[in-house]
Amino acid sequence: MTDISAHAHAIAQTRKRTWFKLETVFDHAILILGSLLMLLPLLIMLQTVTTPDLETMKLGPTFTIGTELDDNFRKAMFEASGFSGQNTGMNMLKNSMILGLGFALGKIVIGMMAAYAIVYFRLRFATLAFWLIFTTLLLPLEVRILPSYEIVQQLGMMNTYQGLIIPLIASATATFFFRQFFRSVPEELIEAARIDGAGPIKFFIDILVPLSQTMIAAMFIIMFVYGWNQYLWPTMITTDENMYTLVRGIKQIVQTLEGNNIPEFGRANMLALIAILPPVLVVIFFQSWFVKGLTESDK
Amino acid sequence: MAQVSLDSVRKIYPNGAEAVTPSSFHIEDGEFVVLVGPSGCGKSTLLRMIAGLEDITEGTLSIGERIVNDVDPADRDIAMVFQNYALYPHMSVRKNIAYGLKNRKTPKDVIDAKVAEAAAMLNLNDYLDRKPSQLSGGQRQRVAMGRAIVRDPALFLFDEPLSNLDAKLRNQMRIEIKALQRRLGVTSIYVTHDQVEAMTMADRIIVLNGGRIEQIGTPSEIYHNPASTFVASFMGAPPMNLVAGELSEGILSFAGLDVPMTVDHRGPVTLGLRPEDLFIDAKGPIAMEVDLVEELGAHRLLHGRVEGQQLTVHLAKEIAAKTGPLRLSCDPSHLCLFHPDTGKRMDVRHKATPQARSNTTVESKA
Repeated sequence: MTDISAHAHAIAQTRKRTWFKLETVFDHAILILGSLLMLLPLLIMLQTVTTPDLETMKLGPTFTIGTELDDNFRKAMFEASGFSGQNTGMNMLKNSMILGLGFALGKIVIGMMAAYAIVYFRLRFATLAFWLIFTTLLLPLEVRILPSYEIVQQLGMMNTYQGLIIPLIASATATFFFRQFFRSVPEELIEAARIDGAGPIKFFIDILVPLSQTMIAAMFIIMFVYGWNQYLWPTMITTDENMYTLVRGIKQIVQTLEGNNIPEFGRANMLALIAILPPVLVVIFFQSWFVKGLTESDK
Repeated sequence: MAQVSLDSVRKIYPNGAEAVTPSSFHIEDGEFVVLVGPSGCGKSTLLRMIAGLEDITEGTLSIGERIVNDVDPADRDIAMVFQNYALYPHMSVRKNIAYGLKNRKTPKDVIDAKVAEAAAMLNLNDYLDRKPSQLSGGQRQRVAMGRAIVRDPALFLFDEPLSNLDAKLRNQMRIEIKALQRRLGVTSIYVTHDQVEAMTMADRIIVLNGGRIEQIGTPSEIYHNPASTFVASFMGAPPMNLVAGELSEGILSFAGLDVPMTVDHRGPVTLGLRPEDLFIDAKGPIAMEVDLVEELGAHRLLHGRVEGQQLTVHLAKEIAAKTGPLRLSCDPSHLCLFHPDTGKRMDVRHKATPQARSNTTVESKA
């Protein structure tokens, strides 16, 4: 008897607690709904990738998973869509990688060196120089795209990796973040290094770079994703199909009904999926560093 | 090992502020000299000029036989220990200690031997492969010491190395540093704002105030014969009592106290009395109103007023005390006189023992 009453009591208590958590349920409903909204395009993409283009054409996105995954993957990665037969998915992936890595690493190197000069050397007008760099944040690539294009073209860097990377490499964002970081490095560390006989270059390489690890990782994520997702600039600089990046190459695949060509939904979405993957992996891999780099201030 | 000489060394910052007025002193080989003063007195600037981290505006600095005004910090044959340890956070203890040697292109086996020796000396053997963040404050400071030791410098510089440690550890490290310095016999300059550290560690103390050297002397000279009211009030806890007295016709008078003495001065004067030189005397000439008894275990301090002027008395723990009126006496040979305007000490020749001005004896409550 006592058992039952105790049980009932427990139930009553749980119920009371459930009542109390209605708000939580509501909050979670909103969050889940939001996540679904974000995930939906991705899910449609996944579904499209597995179904034959004709079916997608007729039915649109459905809940059925098709069997065309490997075929679409083969077409996307190893078959060229253009005239030259060189813009296969693999090739574009390689170009995108080179652009993303070159862009990120270049920006980090240049940003670090600029910040090092601004913070540690008593330059005249160092502050002015910094603010000049900073104001370029207000001038994104799109604003200076015509002159930039002309310079690249005159330097004969069209359809080259240099042409893709170098004009974008100076970064006010990276310079700014590294400047803030360097300023938080205690003065005594520099003095200790000076007494230990470390010159400016040694200090930079032996001490500042290892200290900046987390910051470098954070910058790498931001810049890699940013570089990877470049669309306008590669579109202008690369006319050679051999040089196409993924983001630009997707556009090349037939996606509208033209004559008797069925749009290649499967293939295009496969490429899009592959284009998403590296940035996602980079973020997952560097995630903990990213948070540390942007929040941890004590060094 | 070396001697250090400063000749009219001066520091003026680009904004025109004079941080250190022309200062000259000489430090003997193997001497432990403490620069002490309140914050902003220029003691750190002076040390940093000796280290080469700040430019010397005027004057010459020599370490050993060499004038080093324009020599790089790394080439001055010095080692420095910083307040915040300044260890390289990404390097292990071993690498921290070895970094300076590595930069000097010392052979690897020599580095290893020196690191091992320093680690043994500082009890760091178990921590050589840890990162500084895994060490306690005292251990970190020892690593910083190790980094200094392995370089076999001619001169150690310490910039308030103990101020980040808690009180207990500070006492311990104070002794360790002093013992280490004795053992190595390296000339050392130590900066602190803590007068206890200065008194206990120094062979000689240099008291600085407002970028000026107030006094140079052994701890005992500084304590017993302060050169100015500043030194008198800065050194010692509690500091020297400074009260206004009057000099006339070879007699110094303060409260009920009359001391005959020979001084080339007439009129008001600042009188310096160490709290421990005052003692309770039922027939004493000084009438004090005790406001507060500070119980410190080993001794007690009485805070009160004599004719409206603040006075502190140091009592041995055996002597009971309470608030209220009290009669005091003092040993006149320990009196210091300071000029009322400049604050500089005046030379005194004592004539005799003090005499109570009034003959009426007031019962004191000792």
